Amino acid sequence: MSSGSRRGFLGTAVAALAGATIAPGIRLIDLAGARAPGEKASARVRWGMLIDTNRCATGCTDCVSACNKENGLQDTGRPKTDAQWIRKIDIKELKTGRQHSAPVMCQHCADPPCVDVCPTGASFKRADGIVLVDRHTCIGCRYCVMACPYKARSFVHENLSAQKPEVPRGKGCVEGCTLCVHKVDRGDGTTACAEACKAAGHEAILFGDINDPHSAISKRLRELPSRQLRADLGLDPGVRYSGV
Amino acid sequence: MLRFTGVFLLTLAAGLAFAADRVAKPVVVIEKPGRCVEDTALMRRDHMKLLVHQRDRTVREGVREKARSLSGCIDCHASAKTGSVLGAEGFCQSCHAYAGVQLDCFECHAAKPARAALGGAR
Amino acid sequence: MAAIAYRGLSAGAWRYFGPLLALGLLIAAGLAAFVYMETNGHFVTGMNNQIVWGVPHVFAVFLIVAASGALNVASVASVFGRTQYKPLAPLSALVSLALLAGGLAILAADLGRPDRLIVAMTHFNLKSIFALNMFLYSGFFAIVGAYLWFMMERRMNRYTGAAGLAAFIWRLVLTTGTGSIFGFLVAREAYDSALLGPAFVIYSFAYGTAMFLIALELAARWDGRPAELETATRLGRLLAIFVAASLYMTTVFHMTKIYMTRFHGVEAFLLVDGGMITAMYWIGQVGLGGVLPLVLLYAPRTAGTRSGVVAAAVLVVLGGLAQMYVTIIGAQAWPQQIFPGWQESSSFFDGEIHAYAPSVPEVFLALGGFALAAALVAVALKVLRLLPEPCTDSSSPPPTSPQARPR
Repeated sequence: MSSGSRRGFLGTAVAALAGATIAPGIRLIDLAGARAPGEKASARVRWGMLIDTNRCATGCTDCVSACNKENGLQDTGRPKTDAQWIRKIDIKELKTGRQHSAPVMCQHCADPPCVDVCPTGASFKRADGIVLVDRHTCIGCRYCVMACPYKARSFVHENLSAQKPEVPRGKGCVEGCTLCVHKVDRGDGTTACAEACKAAGHEAILFGDINDPHSAISKRLRELPSRQLRADLGLDPGVRYSGV
Repeated sequence: MLRFTGVFLLTLAAGLAFAADRVAKPVVVIEKPGRCVEDTALMRRDHMKLLVHQRDRTVREGVREKARSLSGCIDCHASAKTGSVLGAEGFCQSCHAYAGVQLDCFECHAAKPARAALGGAR
Repeated sequence: MAAIAYRGLSAGAWRYFGPLLALGLLIAAGLAAFVYMETNGHFVTGMNNQIVWGVPHVFAVFLIVAASGALNVASVASVFGRTQYKPLAPLSALVSLALLAGGLAILAADLGRPDRLIVAMTHFNLKSIFALNMFLYSGFFAIVGAYLWFMMERRMNRYTGAAGLAAFIWRLVLTTGTGSIFGFLVAREAYDSALLGPAFVIYSFAYGTAMFLIALELAARWDGRPAELETATRLGRLLAIFVAASLYMTTVFHMTKIYMTRFHGVEAFLLVDGGMITAMYWIGQVGLGGVLPLVLLYAPRTAGTRSGVVAAAVLVVLGGLAQMYVTIIGAQAWPQQIFPGWQESSSFFDGEIHAYAPSVPEVFLALGGFALAAALVAVALKVLRLLPEPCTDSSSPPPTSPQARPR
């Protein structure tokens, strides 16, 4: 695809998506991160999320339901073996009694242990920071599940049917949050959980490009104190938490 | 001795021919006539190579060109009756059954186009 | 040096095929369990998203660790020049290969996608300890296979020493690799220690010597002639040293953990209030697998008796399985702390001790691997001449009519 036609496509796509919120002087491609279908994911972008636990409501599981719906995760009635790509963890500080609720999913580390341990290279990090499982080469050894400090990986324990066309899933492979990679590649510029949280009026989950200093997430990260979960491990997760 | 061998071979040949008849010929229904992404001969021989190439580009690099993607194939080749490429007369399954080649894609991938799978939503 | 005469197992007909049939049935049960688990998916096992590695891995890792140690006798003969062990060196190499094959078979059968084993052999992420181990395991088969051949083929005998040394070094690396599968997992508090690599090497000495002693005793009984008592008691003394060393490594491991405040929780769980896991540790690993064998091997009444040595070996194996249970299941049962210092609860069982109850199929899968290893030894002993000709205790009368196999 020539650069001219790519620009033409991007212009339309981004204008349609971002609409009137585009600030003047900002290059469209950096704002929405949209790519043409033939363009590779780029290392200039690093997708990430900021989760503000002060805005997250205890008891609200809209992000979880939205994720399950978007990715076709079904409840089999066997919670111990059912996959969970995102879950709400209720936490209480032992010393002070301070309570919070926070969604936890794959933290999309810059140095992911799951990628280090995967014998076949099925667990991998895409150029734009999204950590994924290539189900075509996953042999189902579950070493990544052992290695993930965030309990973010699930093993598919049974035969599946009626998968979503954009989210292939199957028995015997390991899986986890894809940061809604199909939506990202489509140029949606958001994830199902972030959308649902916004629709619920909380806006506790902010998705964006943390490499782009002008993105909304980068601005918020500059303003709010935030931290990485298990920062002691030095994995540089792409998901950050504020308020806890 | 020679005669016996001849009779034996004839019987064997007849048996094989009979066996071949019992395997249903693949049902190739092209419901959306027009050009595929490559020539028919090439697609018959090498569609799996194209798919594997595109699969790695899509999964690893995020390249999602519709034309050569598995979902592109399904969109075009799904049966009008069942909405699927699987089933006895499904475009993929009938041929794979005839050729005796394992069809692994649809353990994970949806066998119906996005529209049909979502029941018209979106 | 006088050439050692070797011969095949002399047990004939039913005496041979009876036990082999029993092993075959166990293998068939393991295969059935494999098919059942793979067609239904792992939800039919006791494993889940909290305990992702279960009893199959306990048995598999035990066998793989024991495989390395079963080579002890051969190494002592070839590398350390103790010629009195030389007649048993081929059996040692055989048991070693069979145990590794049994362990790897369990691991492969438990994969989510065993049909993609070829992927595992063609796609390598060299930063993965698993991928490195695949080279170490296949290299082990090649080196020990060659070693065995050099021992048995007179023309190649002069290379035995070199092959023995290569096998010895290789297996030290291999077991370090096996221990490192766990040691380098920073995500699990019960691991996260470089000590696990060397510790597994020590454990392998104990497990492997015990498994070899059991194999020797069974082969000798099956052959209708007891193994040389002197060999058994000498190996018993070796086993005692390895068992003591294992207890030492385990103690050092837990002491280093206990010294670090952040590991107090997990250590209290494993050693004090972990219920089943704690019982497995103290009663199984330490009691049955450590203290009792030492008593049997040193107490005047049992030390130096064949039954004492064999009983100690059996206990070491049981203790070793308990130890792998504590190491693999116990480590997963302890919840991962995503928010250290905070109490966690969720629909995904965060902050909870995870329970595990193995299902029947996964137990049979695990036992199938043991049976496979035993059957491989049994078949090889029959078709190859690996048993030393004078296998008798010098004090007992010579065998009446050794049925030499036709050449």
